[in-house]
Amino acid sequence: MKMYLSSSFFSSENIAILQDSFIPLLKGVLSYTIPLTLISFVIGLFIAVVTAVFRISGIKILAGIARVYVSIIRGTPLLVQLFIVFFGLGNLGVDFLKFEPFTGAIIAFSLNTGAYASEIIRASILSIEKGQWEASSSIGMSYFQSLKRVILPQATRVSIPPLSNSFIGLVKETSLASTILVSEMFRKAQEIVATTYTPLLVYVEAAAIYWVICFILSLIQDRIETRLNRYVKT
Amino acid sequence: MISTQKISKQFGDLVVLKDIDLEVEKGKVVVVIGPSGSGKTTLLRCLNLLEQPESGLISIDQQSIDFGKKLSKKEIRSFRKKSGMVFQTYNLFPHFTALQNVMEGPVTVQKVNKTEAKKRAVELLTKVGLKEKIDVFPYQLSGGQQQRVGIARAMAIDPKVMLFDEPTSALDPELVGEVLLVMKDLAKEGRTMVVVTHEMKFAKEVADEVIFMDEGKIIERGEPVDLFERPKEERTKKFLNLINQ
Repeated sequence: MKMYLSSSFFSSENIAILQDSFIPLLKGVLSYTIPLTLISFVIGLFIAVVTAVFRISGIKILAGIARVYVSIIRGTPLLVQLFIVFFGLGNLGVDFLKFEPFTGAIIAFSLNTGAYASEIIRASILSIEKGQWEASSSIGMSYFQSLKRVILPQATRVSIPPLSNSFIGLVKETSLASTILVSEMFRKAQEIVATTYTPLLVYVEAAAIYWVICFILSLIQDRIETRLNRYVKT
Repeated sequence: MISTQKISKQFGDLVVLKDIDLEVEKGKVVVVIGPSGSGKTTLLRCLNLLEQPESGLISIDQQSIDFGKKLSKKEIRSFRKKSGMVFQTYNLFPHFTALQNVMEGPVTVQKVNKTEAKKRAVELLTKVGLKEKIDVFPYQLSGGQQQRVGIARAMAIDPKVMLFDEPTSALDPELVGEVLLVMKDLAKEGRTMVVVTHEMKFAKEVADEVIFMDEGKIIERGEPVDLFERPKEERTKKFLNLINQ
């Protein structure tokens, strides 16, 4: 039985399917999965910093806007957000809101990342001791100078592990973009399965590729952490 | 150089400063002593506007701030330049080297060019005896060395007065001396200084005037010899007895 399974799994036919599907899958990774992740994360991070600063600004209306945004995004499924942005807004009949699948995916993923990451950044900023704000004020810095020169650089160090989590999570969540017609890796895998009828084989192959990407990312995370820890006693 | 008129400060119901009048002449060293909770640290922090009194007037080097009206951020920042603050817990920027810590104020706030700022920062660090340590991060320094960087950082903005908030209280006993030595040098140079401290020996040697505070008020003030040897007020006597035990 065991012999039969393994020999059938690694039959020459299956190996040929794996080989044939690898290039299309890789294309999906390079032209959609990775760009989608990178662009959404960068935009999301920008939104996150602004949202976090709104929350801690002490200005009621800004803090309120930030709260509502985070609450809506965290309170609804990402898949639903994707559908609203792509199918929902697309159906309004307003040209401006009709997005290409890729654009729609970027909007949804950026907004989603922005909300979650804002909480990480807010917590990281609050983790920096009050004395740092006082020291920077005492040498004459403005609020934004303190933030930029003193607080955010230190908060970055604190936020790297949880932000890496978000980033790695985002790599995998881009597979949801398959549902709004983005030809990222998982959609490619589905298309291949539709012709080969080998779901286990091709989906495991796709899973393996996701894992390799995430593994490389965690190596990069280690390097960044080492670099940022250079000024901390270990 | 420094003068305060009737400054008062409350945290909720708790009155921490009550009608404080303080005068510090140019080049003088004033040491503020008192039990914990007496308001001495708050008074010092008010001079740097880290705390804002509810009422009263502070002037440093001919610039006055009236707490009766609302202050703009610009006003606050411009007033802060008058004083350099040294903190009990140093509060160095951990992600900057000693040199970068000292350069930060001049470069970021005062827009001094980097070469110039660096030259001055090296001078200041040399002055506090840390010429060899300019390129190390704070965590690689002892507490005493960190506090000396803190002093250099505060001096780098060229303040008219130096404020010290219990600068040696967080230090191991063997490291207190090196910080006090730097402070004595500054006093000798004729710096105007206000020092909140528990170092009575330092107060006796260096202070031109000692102020004893309790419950948000100045109870007694005078030359160190008088205040330490012949205190007039009962509360001063009690406090001095307690710390001399």
